[in-house]
Amino acid sequence: MNKKKIYSTWFIVPSLAIFTIFFLIPLLTSLFYSLTVWDFKTFRFVGLDNFKMFFSEKSLSGSVVNTLIYAVLTSGLKVIFAFFIAVFLTSKIRTKNFLRSVVFFPNLVSTIAVGITFAALMHPTKGLFNLAIQAIGLSGVDWLGNVHVALYSVIFTDIWKGVGVATVIYIAGIQSIDKTYYEAASIDGANGWQRLVNVTVPLVRPAMNSVIILSLIGGLRTFDLIWAMTGGGPGFATDVVASVVYKQYAAGFYGLSTAGNVIMFILIAVIAFPLQKFLLSREED
Amino acid sequence: MKKQKRMRTIGDIIGLLVAFFVFIIPFIFMFVNSLKDRRAANKLSISWPEELHWENYTEVLTSSNNIVLTAFKNSLLITLFSVIILIITCAMSGYVLQRRKDKIMSTFNTVVMIGLMIPPAILPTISIMQSLHVYKTLFGMVMIEVALQTPFTIMLYRGFMSSIPVELEEAGYIDGCTRSVMFRSIIMPLLKPVTATVIILNAVNIFNDFTNPLYFLPGSKNATVQLTLYNFMGQYQSSYNLLFADVIIITIPMLILFIFFNKQLVAGMTAGAVKG
Repeated sequence: MNKKKIYSTWFIVPSLAIFTIFFLIPLLTSLFYSLTVWDFKTFRFVGLDNFKMFFSEKSLSGSVVNTLIYAVLTSGLKVIFAFFIAVFLTSKIRTKNFLRSVVFFPNLVSTIAVGITFAALMHPTKGLFNLAIQAIGLSGVDWLGNVHVALYSVIFTDIWKGVGVATVIYIAGIQSIDKTYYEAASIDGANGWQRLVNVTVPLVRPAMNSVIILSLIGGLRTFDLIWAMTGGGPGFATDVVASVVYKQYAAGFYGLSTAGNVIMFILIAVIAFPLQKFLLSREED
Repeated sequence: MKKQKRMRTIGDIIGLLVAFFVFIIPFIFMFVNSLKDRRAANKLSISWPEELHWENYTEVLTSSNNIVLTAFKNSLLITLFSVIILIITCAMSGYVLQRRKDKIMSTFNTVVMIGLMIPPAILPTISIMQSLHVYKTLFGMVMIEVALQTPFTIMLYRGFMSSIPVELEEAGYIDGCTRSVMFRSIIMPLLKPVTATVIILNAVNIFNDFTNPLYFLPGSKNATVQLTLYNFMGQYQSSYNLLFADVIIITIPMLILFIFFNKQLVAGMTAGAVKG
């Protein structure tokens, strides 16, 4: 049968049209507009000035560092926590289906709602976090008001919300491991821990790679949780690139905002693409 | 054996305790505070309300000219139309993309998959929307959501197509089916399971989307549920009871979806992530 006739190229046209107009063209033109001073109607070419400004202002360049800390920590901790949760939830305990649901559900709650709730739980004087800490005799922490702590408080909340997705990916990976590997390992005298390290860890690697990539990209793009919990503050302590993009847009600096957007593309391109290549090549070995 | 059984029970108990403290308490906290009066809610404690103030919910729904109801209507319209368009366009693309392996398709595939990683370029998008006169319109918002969810949705459809044997289409071809009949009456019905996943997952993502409406749909008559919740945060800083009532109102649709479609959700989240 004639493949080109049956599987007509026309079938991809609607997707391609919408994707091109509302995603690709803006993506390509952003590379140009990031080199301009721009108000949507007129633009003036300024070369790399926006980028120079971005990296010379500490309030702006700090956002790149914060984004990296945020992405690496959320991703790394999700990779570790979710693995152990998934191992626990694939064991023979009776409540595992209920527990899986409980771990997964926060992911469906709107980020703004989660942000509001945790901001209240982390309230410096009335919040449950500090009441619990004070109950065991320690002094409370100003979770979102202390410049050295705030970013980590948001990272904690991100992990709380997102660890469930990582967990279900791991669970799918663990369940696809052939049971005979475990039997063989047992016969060879491997104990539970050895089975975990020598059977589960290597064979769950494809799932682990997905978790790493998905949560790293999610972390590099993060905006709404930070916006709901701290608004980038105190000062600029929790500003990430995406929140700078919004702030510069709101302030009317469209060229600078677009430059921030391009910096985000570059960050993702130089971190996520090579990392994915590397992880996939390791998977094939 | 007995020892193993006891270990399992201990595991159950530890699991439930940790889950309760880590994952369930925040939800109890939202719920009890949504039912208190203003003064009690502002103490931010987790105690059970002395009196149940269900009227918090009606107050939230009817505040500022029923803005939450308008927002619900807008959010539901955006979600509904985005999901319908995504199903049609992405099923067609995923179908052809999986069946045909040539230059056009592999280029298309590479281009679309960029969208899985790279975030949207926001201001140039606004600029394009302005020149098409769709900025600040529900139609424009729908187009944005469709464009941004297209890569993932195509990936789901393309992945599922590989499990459908090509012989069915060959038989259809011999029987003289036209390509549109073939797609509508042979392929689409077979795609039902993945379509269920597509519906649920996209509905959750689009309904919960905050960032894109913030940029592309500003203005109070265009409010979406996430935007109104965000605005309430500033407005009701000293009325946590109303704030949490709104949080609960927004969370309940997700809870209902979750109870009925748990399987499709988990399937969608893990799709493509784990091979074999």
